[in-house]
Amino acid sequence: MCPIKSLDELKALRDKLKTDIDVREAGEAEGNIKVIVGMATCGIAAGARETMLAMLEEINKLGIKNVTIVQSGCMGSCYAEPTVELRFPGQEPILYGNVNSEKGREIVTKHIKDGELVQNLIIGRPFETV
Amino acid sequence: MSKYRMHLLVCGGTGCKASDSDGIISNLEKHIKEHGLENEVQVVTTGCFGFCEKGPIVKVHPDNVFYIEVKPEDAEEIVKEHLVKGRVVNRLLYVEPTLQERVGQHKDMAFYKKQIRIALRNCGFISPEDINEYISVEGYQALGKVLTEMSPEEVIELVKKSGLRGRGGGGFPTGIKWEAARKTASEDKYIICNADEGDPGAFMDRSILEGDPHSVLEAMAIAGYATGAKEGFIYIRAEYPLAIHRLQIAITQAREFGLLGKDILGTGFDFDLDIRYGAGAFVCGEETALIHSIEGDRGEPTNKPPFPAQSGLWKKPTSVNNVETFANIPPIILKGAEWFSAIGTEKSKGTKVFALAGKVNNVGLVEVPMGITLREIIFDIGGGIKDDRKFKSVQTGGPSGGCLTEENLDTPIDYETLASIGSMMGSGGMIVMDEDDCMVNVAKFYLEFTVDESCGKCTPCRVGNKRLHEILTRITEGKGTMKDLEVLKELGEAIKDTALCGLGQTSPNPVLSTMKYFWDEYVEHVKDKKCRAGVCTSLLSYYIIAEKCIGCTACARVCPVKCIKGEVKKPHEIDQSKCIKCGACYTACKFKAIEKR
Repeated sequence: MCPIKSLDELKALRDKLKTDIDVREAGEAEGNIKVIVGMATCGIAAGARETMLAMLEEINKLGIKNVTIVQSGCMGSCYAEPTVELRFPGQEPILYGNVNSEKGREIVTKHIKDGELVQNLIIGRPFETV
Repeated sequence: MSKYRMHLLVCGGTGCKASDSDGIISNLEKHIKEHGLENEVQVVTTGCFGFCEKGPIVKVHPDNVFYIEVKPEDAEEIVKEHLVKGRVVNRLLYVEPTLQERVGQHKDMAFYKKQIRIALRNCGFISPEDINEYISVEGYQALGKVLTEMSPEEVIELVKKSGLRGRGGGGFPTGIKWEAARKTASEDKYIICNADEGDPGAFMDRSILEGDPHSVLEAMAIAGYATGAKEGFIYIRAEYPLAIHRLQIAITQAREFGLLGKDILGTGFDFDLDIRYGAGAFVCGEETALIHSIEGDRGEPTNKPPFPAQSGLWKKPTSVNNVETFANIPPIILKGAEWFSAIGTEKSKGTKVFALAGKVNNVGLVEVPMGITLREIIFDIGGGIKDDRKFKSVQTGGPSGGCLTEENLDTPIDYETLASIGSMMGSGGMIVMDEDDCMVNVAKFYLEFTVDESCGKCTPCRVGNKRLHEILTRITEGKGTMKDLEVLKELGEAIKDTALCGLGQTSPNPVLSTMKYFWDEYVEHVKDKKCRAGVCTSLLSYYIIAEKCIGCTACARVCPVKCIKGEVKKPHEIDQSKCIKCGACYTACKFKAIEKR
């Protein structure tokens, strides 16, 4: 490491490094869009891991900041795995089914980035949460 | 977003390390690798989370899940369940006593609800051994700001306006200390960080150095700029090996990054620092004694004035500030004096870190705004008294502080109020006592400490404290007289008035405050030869309750002086004339047939 020569250099380094730890603040950032990937046995068998990684990659590629990706257990729609639920702050959650890697990327570009629903992938939520 | 989608923060403070957090880390890494997650999940060793009672702590992000009392064996389940399948390991969550349910996130825990973390802001959040992580949380930005945008006078003015006062015990305004060092003309000046934390039970300075060493280095450089010093020393006790290790790493990294050394950030400002080790003498926490110790002389205090700001290390102007004080500086510079002074009370601004210990449920490190009440700290944050016993007293300020009672619990605490009720802020040790603690014995314990730690230079402290201790020993042995109590008080006051330094001037406080609030207990010891807490062994006797004794002979077998007689399967009896009151029989009896009275 060569010495930092000015405050501007230090600021640039901070901005670059900040993204490395933003995951630690994501859990408490209330305004974040939450992406929940179903990762029970059924989800994993259907390729949920690949879907999640593809979505992460796409999010990073597009430089989207306000997203928290978490895993969950079985959401009950085993017939449509992998499933991905999107929660925008203050809105009803949207559940997508049969999300492979490619469709995962589509959800990122369309729904997360542009706010446009990917209609043909939406499946009904099979339950009410109390 | 981060390179890693999940971060596992594992506490690497001294407490959690002692419970094998290193084993947790290596097991987590092993299982993460086995499941092919090493490119997705990062394991980070952090500083103290503060919730030491329930350590080791593991925090999982971005889920924000807080696991407690994790063992190395639990690593596999955390990886298999939580990291692979997204299922929280319920059995490792904290059970919130007020709700009687398991809570996953720290913000739902009463322990964290009333805390405001300024000095501890990065402890348990970043890796203390990686300067990059400190930089990513605004690290060294405050130093950059003062060097490029502010004059030294403006820095001093800002710190003065913030109302920050010394966190090591004295409570002297930090800005005024810096100003005095600034105003004394000299080619060479020094900044000293006082990390000679010596109060029994206090560990906030250690935790800051272990969890966020760079914040102290940054603040020392800022102090150097403000006062005109180019060199600094961190005086730390040699008994803090982990803190020293992390400081050494931090100093090396800061030099590599050009944040210490010559021409910092291209501004022409030079500042470098070094570590000096203390040999474990309590009095070296007193600034003049500390300075003598660095100079290579005996760690003995000298009269003030001259103050170190006028004539300190090697007779040069020196500003000595405590670790926690320094840790407050970078946020004050970045967020402003108004932000800081909005927290706290009229004369005591900001927060204070307390080391909560003794008979309280949640032992740990807490940072709370000034003006909070003792009740909130002990009962809301601390979770009340262990085993549902009754609260008796709380000792604040270490061996120089005093014992406070139930009636003081609702006093909003700051430097002034604590002094007015006979104790002090000190460095923030807080030891909670219940009805099983004898106050005479507690006073004796603290005096034992000061007698041991007195440097011997002045007579009131060297001889006076020794006499106080002898009188207290007599009282706990049942040989005290009412005259002793008078002498105790008179001598205590005399030592306070005449001792040379802060150690002697405050050492009678535990005696005087317990005499004030627990006078009847002293009288009981003297007149009735009775210790109601059952602590002073000379004042109590052991008896076997005949109805409960089944004659198992367990007590007779452990008795070292063979004073328990009786036939097998028949009630035994203790020969009081031979009994040495060691308590071995009491512990050995499985039928609660032996009582102390």
